[in-house]
Amino acid sequence: MPTEILMPALSPTMEKGNLAKWLKKEGDTVKSGDVIAEIETDKATMEVEAIDEGTLGKILVPEGTQDVAVNTPIAVILADGEDASAASAPSPQAAQSAPPVEAAPLEPSPVAASAPAAPAIVNSAVATPPQPAAIPEPEVPEGTEFVTQTMREALRDAMAEEMRRDGDVFVMGEEVAEYQGAYKITQGLLQEFGPKRVIDTPITEHGFAGVGVGAAMAGLKPIIEFMTFNFAMQAIDQIINSAAKTLYMSGGQVQSSIVFRGPNGAAARVAAQHSQDYTSWYSHIPGLKVVAPYTAADAKGLLKAAIRDPNPVIFLENEILYGHSSPVPKLDDFIVPLGKARIARAGKDVTLVAWSIGMNYALKAAEELAKLGIDAEVIDLRTIRPMDTDTILASVQKTGRLVTVEEGWGQSGVGAEIAARVMERAFDYLDAPVLRVFGKDVPMPYAANLEKLALPSVQDVIDAARAVTYR
Amino acid sequence: MVVAAKKTVAGKTAPKTAAKAATTRASARRSEKAASVLDFTKEQDLEAYKMMLEIRRFEEKAGQLYGMGLIGGFCHLYIGQEAVVVGMQLALKQGDQVITGYRDHGHMLATGMDPKGVMAELTGRRGGYSKGKGGSMHMFSIEKGFFGGHGIVGAQVSLGTGLAFANHYRDNGNVTLAYFGDGAANQGQVYESFNMAELWKLPVVYIIENNKYAMGTAVNRASAQTDFSRRGASFNIPGEQVDGMDVRAVKAAGERAVAFARSGKGPYILEMLTYRYRGHSMSDPAKYRSKEEVQKMRTEHDPIEQVRARLLEKKWASEDDLKAVDAGIRDTMNAAADFATNDPEPDASELYTDVLR
Ligand SMILES: Cc1ncc(C[n+]2csc(CCOP(=O)(O)OP(=O)(O)O)c2C)c(N)n1
Ligand SMILES: [Mg+2]
Repeated sequence: MPTEILMPALSPTMEKGNLAKWLKKEGDTVKSGDVIAEIETDKATMEVEAIDEGTLGKILVPEGTQDVAVNTPIAVILADGEDASAASAPSPQAAQSAPPVEAAPLEPSPVAASAPAAPAIVNSAVATPPQPAAIPEPEVPEGTEFVTQTMREALRDAMAEEMRRDGDVFVMGEEVAEYQGAYKITQGLLQEFGPKRVIDTPITEHGFAGVGVGAAMAGLKPIIEFMTFNFAMQAIDQIINSAAKTLYMSGGQVQSSIVFRGPNGAAARVAAQHSQDYTSWYSHIPGLKVVAPYTAADAKGLLKAAIRDPNPVIFLENEILYGHSSPVPKLDDFIVPLGKARIARAGKDVTLVAWSIGMNYALKAAEELAKLGIDAEVIDLRTIRPMDTDTILASVQKTGRLVTVEEGWGQSGVGAEIAARVMERAFDYLDAPVLRVFGKDVPMPYAANLEKLALPSVQDVIDAARAVTYR
Repeated sequence: MVVAAKKTVAGKTAPKTAAKAATTRASARRSEKAASVLDFTKEQDLEAYKMMLEIRRFEEKAGQLYGMGLIGGFCHLYIGQEAVVVGMQLALKQGDQVITGYRDHGHMLATGMDPKGVMAELTGRRGGYSKGKGGSMHMFSIEKGFFGGHGIVGAQVSLGTGLAFANHYRDNGNVTLAYFGDGAANQGQVYESFNMAELWKLPVVYIIENNKYAMGTAVNRASAQTDFSRRGASFNIPGEQVDGMDVRAVKAAGERAVAFARSGKGPYILEMLTYRYRGHSMSDPAKYRSKEEVQKMRTEHDPIEQVRARLLEKKWASEDDLKAVDAGIRDTMNAAADFATNDPEPDASELYTDVLR
């Protein structure tokens, strides 16, 4: 029976790709392992290898075709003795999808059990990020031009600008140089700054984090990239015991101006050891600053500020946000100060506080809440430590209601800290208990259905906002 | 005939001689190769052929299912390295344990785990070895002595040393194989483990699968000492370099190492010189090496082709016999893929199970 070759998915997030080139033509024999075509994704050009043996009977998608959806048949392989006319018969080997599983009742969601039943509202979380309404930034002068950039580009530009400005700044980490970054954040830096300042390390997190801190003690300004923050757990002793405490222990003599950066939190289907949110872990530590941007502009301005900061800064990025685009001001030296929250959406009925990818849920929920007549104010915290409590308090004094949103776990989470501060300093302004939306209290499961259930949803935020507004 | 002369016990000789032994060894390895491998019988060659082909066909199928979006996240294929786990498995006995990192499908199949259960874990279904909760990188089978399936580079080395600690503690005569990569060999906990294993004479064989790259980094760009068989030298752990593309050489070295560990002499290091044909994971375009390099390994050193050529040359099997073997394996893997495609996802209630006991 002829076998169809389907357009392959080449990364966890790929939905379509371009058929760049056919390396075999109709009538060629192919062996398992032969490269038959080249396919371009947004990140790379990949080769497609044959799995079955036979003759390339028919090419169904010509080279040069753009945006071919994953699982589209692109060619037909004929086994011994088959001819091409058999190829026109539809093949039964189409993509099958998982049989749906009835959603069994779950444990109560972490948001208030008393939340009223909500109307059916779009619940799919994070695919297209809502664009925050443009609220003028104090850091951007009137009339500034904006360019649309991905967070990936913004982060790269921030590092490149600071490296041009200060010869003591260098980047070090796994695959940052020749491979151009495991997630392509350091793209082009090796070419511009050379191997002395863009350094590939062995897989030795505890060691190179310590080397970085030592170099910082000697006055250099390292940017240490962790391939992901999951691997920084190998290095957390040096980060906390050496980087965070030495200024204090030395009575102010020895500082560590160093940035530890990389993707943090859940990506997609990479399971428990690769999907953890460390925001609250680092948020706990005096002697550190902790940053978690949501927009490309903030990513750029905050990273530049972090590199210049004389203290150790934990810079938590998010893999899912890397490819998202948003406007970045076109300025020679755009800095966003650490420790200042941003009001991403003004509102009067309820305050939603989020940061990083949590903003996706908060902004989407705010849009849906508006349809219900609930006017939510959304605060993008941006820096977790030092925390801009004043901005939160001012908002709560206005709305009287607060919901926090994070993908990390609830116990001892950042939301718990915010709730405590608001309770201590604005108790009299609260018209309802503070509610927290957070990830389920389990390690991240691999199965697609369970992973979805483990993460918070837009609906969770809506439910919580309705509960605190009693609507 | 087995030539055991390649063993180096560095710290036990003067450092200078040890270094010299190491440099001559690489060339010695090539010339002695023919003599140093114990020839297989017909049955052994056929068994090795079948086991390796099973792994290859499983991995090809997994790659295909990934392409169809049925497998998500990271998926690291073992294609090219099959002789390592198959040769080592042939040197084990019931009760011995195996532990490795995330490139683990081959190790699991070699220990006798069911391709259906492994494939269903890759697709995240309830019939998978971890009920769909672990995925490609995290599977276990106590029954088969397989202890994972670990995603943090280097972690399995300490864990494997701990399994060996338990064997030693119970004095049960079992040996642990701890597999890790050339990249993992630079993690600090590896050396902390080496020291304890030698200090306490733990029955563990460290198998460094040197496939020349850690993600996009060639070994010489990450390692000051690229002869990984010497990485235990400062702890007095013996080590040898093995042609990891030749299943006979692997089995012979495996038997020596396992016997050493089992006899109470402590840990042993085997550096397997091997190669992965595919990218690091499914989304790696592998631009850091030339197509010619990959092609050369495939055509000149393929572990399965080597056995196949032998079987045909010695007339132990005909082309048709081997085609029939392949067809049978393809059927098994298609059945595994069907199962993994049609098995339901885990029940939503599984989200909260197995967090604590
Ligand atoms: C502590 C830690 N750091 C980084 C990673 C990311 N990572 C996964 S595999 C890998 C390369 C490992 O290479 P090697 O040990 O040679 O094994 P191979 O993939 O070649 O089998 C890296 C850097 C990780 N999983 N864990
Ligand atoms: Mg390797």
